[in-house]
Amino acid sequence: MSDPTAMTSLDALRLLHAVRRDHDVVISAMGAARDWMALGTHPRDWVFVPSSMGQATSLGLGLALARPDLRIIVLGGDGGLIMNLGSLITITGQAPANLFILIFDNGVYEVTGAQPTPAAPAGRPDAPPVDLAALARASGFETVFRFGTLDEWQRNIEEVLASRGPVFAVLSTSSLRGAPGPRSPGPAPERARRFMAELLGRKGTEPAS
Amino acid sequence: MIAIFSGADIAGLLRDCGITHVVTVPDSTLGQWEPDIEAIGIRLVRVCREGEAWAIAAGLYLGGALPLVMMQCTGLFESGDSLRNVLHDWQLPIPSIIGYRSFLNQETLPGDTCLTFTEPILRAWKIDYRLVTEPSHFDVMADHLRTSLANGTAGAVLVAEGKA
Repeated sequence: MSDPTAMTSLDALRLLHAVRRDHDVVISAMGAARDWMALGTHPRDWVFVPSSMGQATSLGLGLALARPDLRIIVLGGDGGLIMNLGSLITITGQAPANLFILIFDNGVYEVTGAQPTPAAPAGRPDAPPVDLAALARASGFETVFRFGTLDEWQRNIEEVLASRGPVFAVLSTSSLRGAPGPRSPGPAPERARRFMAELLGRKGTEPAS
Repeated sequence: MIAIFSGADIAGLLRDCGITHVVTVPDSTLGQWEPDIEAIGIRLVRVCREGEAWAIAAGLYLGGALPLVMMQCTGLFESGDSLRNVLHDWQLPIPSIIGYRSFLNQETLPGDTCLTFTEPILRAWKIDYRLVTEPSHFDVMADHLRTSLANGTAGAVLVAEGKA
């Protein structure tokens, strides 16, 4: 059962939206994409809809390696993360200093009806809980944060984004029963072309990260 | 191990094609090429499971790099949804080299079902591929990769391998 006092992903993202720099790339998937889109659009948003679930961290790694001059911020959920846990090891193996993974942990597959994930306490009633932050540390992330309240997130968001990557942060958020899945904001191939043009068009004019 | 191409052959071809990154899970044939690929200045991105490879390559491509995915056919099977998303939903032209396990012999895996499913799977995913089975087919591989890159299509080369 979700905690009604927990922060919502929308509130957490609103704070990120306020400090996002114009040249930052933001990759969003699943419920985080829905909420991020609700805050507006930006030419450097990669709304990963449609996606292959769990691959946002991997796509973020590729972008981070290709564009070390840019801050690459990945917004995903716990359900997606546990579909691609190996990506944590792949990421630390490549050591991208400009990659920031923000996981919104609500314990459920929200867009399919809020079924518990196998990592969440409700999905493993006879087993100890899974600690996503500890998993990240054990996978080689040296900079790991965990936030349980909006106030904690607000007080530390600048530190998170100023840290040397790869950075992993997990934010405990409430789940929204009945929340819709993200809707594609337009034809994917066309969005890919626009996104590439945006990144390549301004290449060489970026401020230092 | 039977290898129809050397690491130096492959590395030279990839360099000439402008490939910047090879995103890979090795097998006993493809893995032998890694030292030559790295030595020639192409960055290897070693992944834990093959589905990651297509998404990482997508990110690299979007950022202006020119990646190639390299994996065994078993990894192709595993990574289907990820390649579907990258190659078809987003239409990103990521080239690949796929190792065709047991094509040249089945010493270690008699009756290997890779022989049953590999090419039908490639066709099902609508991947334009060329099967190369002997050293004289190097030009077939090179031409297909160059043409795919020039045309912005996701060409694949299916390289025959020996035992697993």
